[in-house]
Amino acid sequence: MRREIPLFITGVVGIVFVLQYFIPHFPFNKMNAWFSDWFSIVQACAIWLGVLNLLKISFQNIGRRKDDWGYAIVIVVSFLAISIVGFAEGEAFRDSGTSFTWLYDYIYTPLSSSMFAILAFFVASASYRAFRARNFEATLLLLAAFFVMLGRVPIGDVLTSFMPDQLQLSSLATWIMNFPQTAGQRAIMIGIALGIVSTSLRIILGVERSHLGGGD
Amino acid sequence: MSTRTKELIVLSIVTVFCIIVYWFKATGRMHGFQFSTGMSIVVSALIFLSLVVVLILTLKGRLIGRRLVFLYVAIGVSLPFFMSITQEIKISPEVQTLYDGLAELPTGSKVLVAFDYDPPSAPELQPMAESLLRYCFNNDLKVVVMGLWPQGPQQANMAIEAAMRDESIASKNLQYGVDWVNLGFQSGNEFVIQRMGSEFKSMFPTDYAGRPYDELELVQNVHNFSNIDYVFNLSAGFPGTIEWVQVAVDRYGVKLGAGNTAVQAPQCYPYLRSGQLIGILGGMNGAAEFELLTGFTGKGTKFMLSQSFAHMIVLSFILIGNVAFIIDRRKKKSPIR
Repeated sequence: MRREIPLFITGVVGIVFVLQYFIPHFPFNKMNAWFSDWFSIVQACAIWLGVLNLLKISFQNIGRRKDDWGYAIVIVVSFLAISIVGFAEGEAFRDSGTSFTWLYDYIYTPLSSSMFAILAFFVASASYRAFRARNFEATLLLLAAFFVMLGRVPIGDVLTSFMPDQLQLSSLATWIMNFPQTAGQRAIMIGIALGIVSTSLRIILGVERSHLGGGD
Repeated sequence: MSTRTKELIVLSIVTVFCIIVYWFKATGRMHGFQFSTGMSIVVSALIFLSLVVVLILTLKGRLIGRRLVFLYVAIGVSLPFFMSITQEIKISPEVQTLYDGLAELPTGSKVLVAFDYDPPSAPELQPMAESLLRYCFNNDLKVVVMGLWPQGPQQANMAIEAAMRDESIASKNLQYGVDWVNLGFQSGNEFVIQRMGSEFKSMFPTDYAGRPYDELELVQNVHNFSNIDYVFNLSAGFPGTIEWVQVAVDRYGVKLGAGNTAVQAPQCYPYLRSGQLIGILGGMNGAAEFELLTGFTGKGTKFMLSQSFAHMIVLSFILIGNVAFIIDRRKKKSPIR
């Protein structure tokens, strides 16, 4: 039953979602609303599951003194601090001037922005050491990157200001984005969509069962 | 000296530097500290001359260390804040069409703004959000805010606070619940959009602070997307613009404009070309162009010089690396060797 019930739920929900797209009338519209609400509820529970799992792993790392267990302490302390502050301030915890907002604005926002900003440093270092025109495809990629990166910032047009408007780097970057890039994206999207359709059908019909765990 | 000690020293220097800069900023001493245009050009020339030295070293087979590359990026990003160089910002067609879609809206139109991002993407998306809200409030458009990402509504509050600091907007004495509403976050990704197509209230029975939906005057008559005139999605990934196109545009026919991170924007261009998206703001450059159109100079415009420098430095390193690679390959193919 541990496998049959999830397979049954997946099959029914999947078929209803497909049918309601083409027949948006009773009973499919009601079932669609019902299942969509359930999806929100299940996802909200999944957030709690994620939080509890993160705490469990962090406590295990601290208890067993695994590598970098100090970071696990930071996770637990940060989690508890922001949760306690948030719960203590009640429903208006996100209002301007609350301690939660202060933590969000001056601790969480700069720290997470910094983590993302570090990417710029690694991109520069990696491009110096690894982005090479080794073959035709890599050269094409490199040239496209070169023109788009320059064309997407005003300095590109400053460097080509002596040329007619349609030949300036911003125009070239727009052309690359609108035509070769879009064509490539469409090909990828169509491929992904076909893959999703076939995988979804396999899951809905119960042929694909790996997501249930336990092999096959 | 061990690597750990060196790292600690560098970390201490950076921390002390940040504290000094913060202290200068807090006491107002940074205000007005700018290089003259001539000095800015000299500093830029020095940076690029030093890159020529890097090229020569690389050609001699001495690849510079990654820490030096990091230093170049840090200089390239931070020094332009103090430079007095102006660059002309050109409006791209996709930004113009997005703005035109907004400009067509009559006074009192309802604009739904979906904040689907979190702080890591805020440097690119927050300037877009601020200029959009400034435009809406200045032109008497009603704003309904929501988020499919948990941090979205908090980012919305920050953007609204920034917009409200403008004198022209503050003088309008705009009221929460009448001129704007923050519906908060709802879990469920694209299913939230789908349910909003039939009834907003089913997904947002209360606003972000727990006030009942029916008590909010602005949305009392908003049942689904047919009561919304324009949807603007600020997105940094999933769920985001693609889901809004696939559900809100394709099923319910909403007018959708989008602001994306530079990384995500290319994925949305097929929807732009097919007409499913009215327009798109891509990365900080898109934000700067939008600021120029709306007439509010914000962080997008201010940071464009840094962005230009950072791009130039990354491109310089790509070129240097490739010149060295090509010369090295020729040497290896040479019969003398």
